[in-house]
Parts: sequence; C-alpha cells; structure tokens
Amino acid sequence: MSENIMYALQAEGLVKRFGRTTALAGVDLHADQGSVLAVLGPNGAGKTTAIRVLATLVRPDGGTAKVAGLDVVRQAREVRRLIALCGQQTTVDEELTGMGNLVMIGRLLDLRAADAARRATELLGRFDLSDAATRPVAAYSGGMRRRLDLAACLVGHPRVVFLDEPSAGLDPGRREDLWRALRGLVNEGVTVLLTTQYLEEADAMADRVVVIDGGRVIAHGSPAELKRIVGGQTISVRPARTEDVEAVASIMAAVAGRMPERLNRQEVAVPVEGDTAVIGMMQRFHAADIPVAEFSLRLPSLDEAFLALTGGRRGINDNPDRQR
Amino acid sequence: MTVAATTVDSISGRRRRRRLGLLRHSLVLARRSLAKTSRNPGAVINGVITPAIFLVLFLYLFGGSVAGSTRDYLQYLFPGILVMGASLAGMLSTGVGIAVDMKKGVFDRFRSLPIGRTAPLLGSLLADMVRYLLGVAILFGLAYLLGFRVQTGLLSALGAVALAITFGFCLSWSTVLLAATLRDESAVLAFSFIAFLPLQLGTSLAAPTDTLPGWLRTWAEVNPVTHVIDASRALLTGTPMEGSLALSLTWSAVLLVTFCPLAALAYGRRQ
Repeated sequence: MSENIMYALQAEGLVKRFGRTTALAGVDLHADQGSVLAVLGPNGAGKTTAIRVLATLVRPDGGTAKVAGLDVVRQAREVRRLIALCGQQTTVDEELTGMGNLVMIGRLLDLRAADAARRATELLGRFDLSDAATRPVAAYSGGMRRRLDLAACLVGHPRVVFLDEPSAGLDPGRREDLWRALRGLVNEGVTVLLTTQYLEEADAMADRVVVIDGGRVIAHGSPAELKRIVGGQTISVRPARTEDVEAVASIMAAVAGRMPERLNRQEVAVPVEGDTAVIGMMQRFHAADIPVAEFSLRLPSLDEAFLALTGGRRGINDNPDRQR
Repeated sequence: MTVAATTVDSISGRRRRRRLGLLRHSLVLARRSLAKTSRNPGAVINGVITPAIFLVLFLYLFGGSVAGSTRDYLQYLFPGILVMGASLAGMLSTGVGIAVDMKKGVFDRFRSLPIGRTAPLLGSLLADMVRYLLGVAILFGLAYLLGFRVQTGLLSALGAVALAITFGFCLSWSTVLLAATLRDESAVLAFSFIAFLPLQLGTSLAAPTDTLPGWLRTWAEVNPVTHVIDASRALLTGTPMEGSLALSLTWSAVLLVTFCPLAALAYGRRQ
C-alpha cells in the first residue's frame, strides 16, 4: 500500500500567486478519510485559495495536492468525480424548484432521469426540504437555500466535500443543524474540509485544525492541542462579595506569578501552569476569609489560542458577519 | 480497504458512463438556462419589446414622409428590425446570464463537476438559439399583422432569419468576453445599451445611407450592421444584394474569430 492513498486529502508546499500577492506561500494540509479538517484564519489568509486549488479550480504555482491519491492537476477529471464543492455563496438556481436543482446536478453527473429523481427526493428528505421540493428556490429562506446547496453537493456521493465558510450568514440554530448534517456525512466515511472564521465551529466540528495566516500554516493540531499551545489553563474566580475583588486579584497574582485579567466587575481570571495553583489559591482565599461564589478551571478558548498564534495582530472577529 | 477502492466502486455502481458527454451536459445546462428564462422572461421580453417599439414608432412617425405610405415603409423597415431583434437578444441574454452565473459562483460548482469545462458556455449558447428563434418569430408575427409580406420566397426568408441569428450569435461573443472579464451583469447591460444606439440605429435601418448627413453616412457605411440589414432586406424583399451578404458573413466571421478565443481565455483564466 503506497503512502499516497493513506490520506483522503493531502497537500504539500502549495504555492499560489495572483500577480504580486502571494495567496499561498507553501501550505501543507492533510486529512484522514472520514475526518473533518478545519482551515481557520482571518479574511485574506488564503483559505479560499487553498480550497480552490484542492477542488481543481485553480492550478497551484508550486507544490502538489492530492485527493484520494489522485493529483488535482494531472488527474483533475478523476478528482472531480470524488469531490464536491460548496462555495461561500449559495449556487442553487432561484428560478428552479428544489427538486429541479438537484435533478439537474444528477443529470450532469450522468445519472439516469429516474435515478436522479430518486436521489433528489432522498436528499430533500434528509435536509428537511421535502415540503418545499416543488417550490421555486426564490421562495426559500436563507437557511433552506444553504441546506439545498449542501444537498446539491451530495448528489454524486462525493468522498471529499469542500465547504467554504459553510455557516457564514446562518443564524446559530441553523448552524447547529448544519453541523449535525455534516457529522452524519462524516459517520458515512466522507472527508470534510471546511474553512471557517468561527472558532467555535472549528472547535465543535473538526478533528484537526490548521491555522493559516498570510498564506502560511502557523499552527496545526487537534482543537485541544491548539488550546494547549497557548499554554496552561485559566482559573477564573468570582468572590461572593464584590468588595473582595481587589484582594482576590492580588492573591491570584501572587500564586500565578502574573497579572490577572478583570473579566468584569465581579470576576477575575489568570492563566496558570501546573495544578498546584488551584490548591494554593483556595488555601489563601480560605486564610484571608474570602468566600468564593464561583471558581473554575478551563482550557483557553480557541479565540485566545488564535490571538496568541497570530500574535494578536488581527482578531479573528473582525469579520462583519460576526458582529451581528 | 482504501479510499481509492471504495470510490471506484461507488462510481461504477451508481453512475452510468455514456458517450457524447459534452453534448449531453450542454443540453442539460441549456435546459437549465431555458427554465430560468421561462420563470424570468425579462431578457427575452426586452429583446423583443425594444425592436417592436422601434418598429411601430418609426413606422407611424416617419412612414408617411419617408416612403409615402406606412405600408411601403414597413417593407423597408422590417428587415432591419429583424436584425436588431437578433442582435439585442444575443447581447442581452448571453452576456448577462454568464455574468450572473460567474458572480454567484455557479460556474465554480459546474467546474468542480466531472463535466467538460466548456459545457456551461455551450449550454448557455444553445439556449440562446432557442431564445433568438422565439424573439424573431414574435417580431415576424407582429410585422405580418401590421402588413409586412415577404416578397421573395420561403427559402430566402429563412435565409434572412438564419443570417440575423448568425450575426447576433457572433456579436454576442463580445458580451461574453465582457461578462467573463467583469463578472458583473449591470456592467454588461450598461455596455449593451450604450453600444446599441450607434450600432443599431447608425445604419440603413430607417433610411438609405445616401440620405444621411456626411459623418453619419460614413459611420453607417462602415458599420457591419448596415451590411447585415441590407442583406436581410435583399433576402426578404428582393432589393439588390450588392455584396452585402458576403460582407455580412465576413464581418460575422471576424467578430467570432476575434471575440470567441478572447472570451474563452477570460473564462478559462477565471481564478
């Protein structure tokens, strides 16, 4: 068994330039079959370009990319039989019905008319769109369009699905629906690569996360590993009496050896290393007779991890979509 | 079990390989384009209403003074209106549809499917053929009701229709190039309307070129649309051809050879 079919998805040293801008400056990616790889990064980091190279839409200027062991440049046609692309915008046709859209994709994939119709009905049912099957997409809500778009991706039983910011513009409830649908796919052995600016999405969905910034991979690993890169854990404390906040903060500073952060008027947090800090702090609070209402120990969020990795130059949240 | 093995199984089990893939895929996409038109017939209606308005307007405003009677003037005017209809249909529907699809990322989805890269383009152009015929048929019907009669024969009349559509098709590649470069349907629409006036009206459409003032006459005589209108008039009403058919076909070929490769290049370079 040669090593190039070990990964469902594999990219080595991808380089892509557009004029003078370098969108990808040597990106490595890989994903096992039936796993979710999240490519995380701010706007303009090169996420979409990476997807477009892997989905055979753009030829890389350097490096290689393979899907199921097939080269995306030399074997583009074979690769297209295995993949499906869901872009940032929904690409279903407004004038056609939900059914019409899916049947058309089926016909383009060389299904017989009856098979295309059967597959369309199956997918409409799966994405909770059966009732709207015969309505034109123009009458669909944003969430319904997204679901139909995803269904359109799946008509040809792809083995690898590329989703470019799948939850952009979806309200939180709909995002959960999307995640559930994606988990169903992964359970069937489909490999998913998604780009996202939502750290919680990477956290909720991904087996592995690749953080891209300025066309380079700046970190990769499981969500838990990435959180660990930022170092240690964070203790946050809320004293029972608001007037104790200052005293709590100075005790935390003494134990942790660095300045704690005031989360709000009642709550203070500080990163710590090792687990003796918990006992140390509790003992001192007890000795100083400070009652504590809330005491928690947690890993840093991916938000914090991201800020630490990109050196805080850019927040991941500077996407207008996020601010709604 | 490897990834490669399972995928090959799923393909051979579920998909049927057939021949003539490009043609079949283009037809599926042409049907898509026509289904869109039937739900949203704006472009076709525009392409018919504009020439129809010019037909009725010119006919009743100028018919009496230019040709003595509206009935005689209709014989002169309609062949040009036919060319206008086919040209407009090409400029409006092809370029605009392709620009919308590119902007929305629809072509990206098509290009990530295992179908020929030119299938979306061909599908769109095939659908246009149907739209041209529809537009031309409506215009012919209107002219017939107003009193236009073909004075040659059925074959010549069909030749006139074929010539108008051929020219419209070749001209439409200029808007495909624009669409593939700008990817913005409003820019394509704006261009089409700006180009429309000198291209379609600065011709022998409403009056013979030798009645026009010098500067306009010079323009009208180099304007390829004039030759197409003259040829159309000759084929429909039996006026002298005087090489206009050959010139029309040459111009059509020049437009096609110029814009088709450029458009294909711009379309292929889409990043």
